[in-house]
Amino acid sequence: MGQLIVALVSGMLLGIGLVIANLTDPSKVIDFLDVAGNWDPSVGVVVGCAVVTAAIGFKLAGRRGQPLFAPSFGASRLENIDKRLIIGSGLFGIGWGLSGFCPAPGFLSALFGQLEGYVFIGAMFAGMAVFTLARK
Amino acid sequence: MENFTPVTAAIGGILVGLSAALIYAFNGKIAGVSGILGGLIGDKEQGDRLWRVLFAVGMLAGGAIVLAFLPERINVRFDAGLVTMAIAGFLVGYGTRLGNGCTSGHGVCGLARFSFRSFVAVLVFMGCGGVTVFLVKHVF
Repeated sequence: MGQLIVALVSGMLLGIGLVIANLTDPSKVIDFLDVAGNWDPSVGVVVGCAVVTAAIGFKLAGRRGQPLFAPSFGASRLENIDKRLIIGSGLFGIGWGLSGFCPAPGFLSALFGQLEGYVFIGAMFAGMAVFTLARK
Repeated sequence: MENFTPVTAAIGGILVGLSAALIYAFNGKIAGVSGILGGLIGDKEQGDRLWRVLFAVGMLAGGAIVLAFLPERINVRFDAGLVTMAIAGFLVGYGTRLGNGCTSGHGVCGLARFSFRSFVAVLVFMGCGGVTVFLVKHVF
């Protein structure tokens, strides 16, 4: 029960943060990636502040040796730089640049009632499903 | 740079970081959105699904709360058409699963854990995103 409430609250904080920062506006994200154009560094500030906050939180959490509601920390133990990581991140980057959406803001665009957002969400889940099916 | 909004970006970023810290400290989970959403349609066992649903519902609820106070945030601008959005969505969904993470998993959580693997992933997707935008806006 505790874990489920934490998941809900954590999701809420993420949704609140992204909409406050206006990262749900794809043109804002494209302006961040458009270094040669009318550059908007806002996305960098969002990520920077998020990284510092999360790093402090992870450090404090790690001191306890164990999560409060779970037996162990489940962070990825992967360390190798392989083809999957490079190709996957590359494909993601191209999609991000084309649309201005990464998964979280794209998913939140469901709130905006615009067809472009729904098409993106449907295609994103289709891409995830193809990956899952192809792996079997 | 008149479109730069450092104050809301900083507030939003801190909340995103708190979200990641909270679910890690309590549940031991990494708040990677592509992984959380991808797990919804995957072959995860029943017990691993409900928290993902609640996280996704929480995101929408949190976003909706802000929109109630800042309704001008609804005015989003799409530069891309529907076909491009469909191609882009597919690439984002497939690519983040293949590469094991997106802006939240590799970008926020990975960098906060000082993961070199995530650092490389961030360089690759930022680089590819930047080149794509350059080609779309300034070449074609």
